[in-house]
Amino acid sequence: MSTRYMNPYLAGLLLGLVLLSAIFVSGRGLGASGAVKSAVVAAVVTTAPAHAASAPFYSEYTGEHAGNPLKQWLVFEVIGVAIGAFLSGLLSNRLRWTTEKGPRIGGTARLAFALAGGALFGIGAQFARGCTSGAALSGMAVLSTAGFVTMLAIFGTGYAAAYFFRRLWI
Amino acid sequence: MAPLVPDLVSNELSILSALLIGMAFGYVLEQAGFSSSRRLAGLFYGYDFTVLRVFFTAAITAMAGTLLLGYAGILDLDLIYVNPTFLWPAVVGGVVMGLGFVLGGYCPGTSVCAAAIGKKDALVFVAGGFLGVFGYGEVYPAIAGFVNGSALGPIRVYDSLGVTQGLFAFLLIAGAVGAFAFTSWLERRVDPQAPSASFPVRYHRLAVAGALVLGLVLLRLPDRKAHFLAEVASPDYQRAHPARYMDADELAFRLLDRDPKLLVVDVRAEDAYKQMALPASVNIPLEGLFGREWAPVLGRRHTTRVFVDEDGSSALRGALLAERLGYDDVRVLRGGLAELKRTILGTPPATSFRTAAEVDAQRFRAEARLELPRLIAEARGQTSRPKPVVKTIKGGCS
Repeated sequence: MSTRYMNPYLAGLLLGLVLLSAIFVSGRGLGASGAVKSAVVAAVVTTAPAHAASAPFYSEYTGEHAGNPLKQWLVFEVIGVAIGAFLSGLLSNRLRWTTEKGPRIGGTARLAFALAGGALFGIGAQFARGCTSGAALSGMAVLSTAGFVTMLAIFGTGYAAAYFFRRLWI
Repeated sequence: MAPLVPDLVSNELSILSALLIGMAFGYVLEQAGFSSSRRLAGLFYGYDFTVLRVFFTAAITAMAGTLLLGYAGILDLDLIYVNPTFLWPAVVGGVVMGLGFVLGGYCPGTSVCAAAIGKKDALVFVAGGFLGVFGYGEVYPAIAGFVNGSALGPIRVYDSLGVTQGLFAFLLIAGAVGAFAFTSWLERRVDPQAPSASFPVRYHRLAVAGALVLGLVLLRLPDRKAHFLAEVASPDYQRAHPARYMDADELAFRLLDRDPKLLVVDVRAEDAYKQMALPASVNIPLEGLFGREWAPVLGRRHTTRVFVDEDGSSALRGALLAERLGYDDVRVLRGGLAELKRTILGTPPATSFRTAAEVDAQRFRAEARLELPRLIAEARGQTSRPKPVVKTIKGGCS
């Protein structure tokens, strides 16, 4: 197989069908940030059980989700995402140990911004109860108002802020 | 009827489905090019709108599929998880995530894909995500009031905007098609070698045509419940689908016989039902016939389902609706409860009867006149509306 990417409309159609099958089988959409939350909760519960019991962020989560915080639908789904993406990269010859960056930025700076971006996404996804997958895409599929609001806020802010961070990418 | 969880698929199996669905998700994201931060960021700089095309095509596909499966009665739309709206937290969260997108070049799902194929920046992004969630957790008590405020529940966007579901779906698709056309034009102006140029124009046209046809279908798609209710109320439909009736005498006989194969479905309002209810009856309003929670009662095997109401008119609609929804052996009480009250529960007629059949009928009615009120009184407090079983599906990322 070549390293060329799939036609975006075909990819969108397939992605939509994957999302639809998640709704069909499990009654819920896709997600990603929820798995990160599960992992953070699991880590805190394991390393600092007293803190996890007293801090509301963790106690609310363990109160709402029975059992091991890692034995959640989204955790397994995200493990699947990593496997699926790896297989895709393998088949399309795109497995490379590399740092991807714009032409005008150094490797270390790129990693620092990636860390900051990840942290912002982690924070924002808690406010919005989901990220681009769980809140925006899946929310839009079931016509949830929150899905559209989150989607507009993410992409609107992206465009508004793009100019100030253009050195990172172009 | 889907969703398959929790009735048809156990939670354990659901976790296996999560792994498989995740694999398909990751595979498609990677094939679409979402494992490249430069491609993702290109959305914001006009050199690559792949993300927009994939994202909106996916959203439209899933939305259309959900609505169509719901209309076909294959997927219970009342049961699927709809992300609840917390308005201002959603806005703030979106703004913070938008900044994160421009700085980091990924979102959480795509960062996992990119990390899986060896992108170091994506791996660092994932680590940043853990730090962000942890930091948020530590300050959560101070902001919990805001985060849990402006809670509007699982509201739908078309209701928020005050348009019909079909019109919204059509406008969304039309808007997406407009965005596809505009961004393709823009992309080629910014960069003649842009990705959209790498596949023929006819693919773009095919996608546009497909999306617009879908939009028109959704625009015309009626609400399933309203459509069915209107259908069974129409005289033409009633002529084409003659209902089977049960006489008051037969019903009374089977009630006195305590026939276990009889189910009386009373479609009257709850108040009337509480006043007087037949034994072995359940009270289900017409709308309730759609609900999955009533299916175990209504769908009992080897059972004759008799629909009753005061005069037989809404019982007829209920019976036709039940047949439309796939229940078999459905009857309507001829003349409704009024007829039952007149012939059996009321005072006996003074006329004399000549034929043997008439005499037999009168003898039975005289017996039933004594017995049936006793059964009705006995049933009081036992017959009830089946309590709808509320099954919640957990979803979302919180």
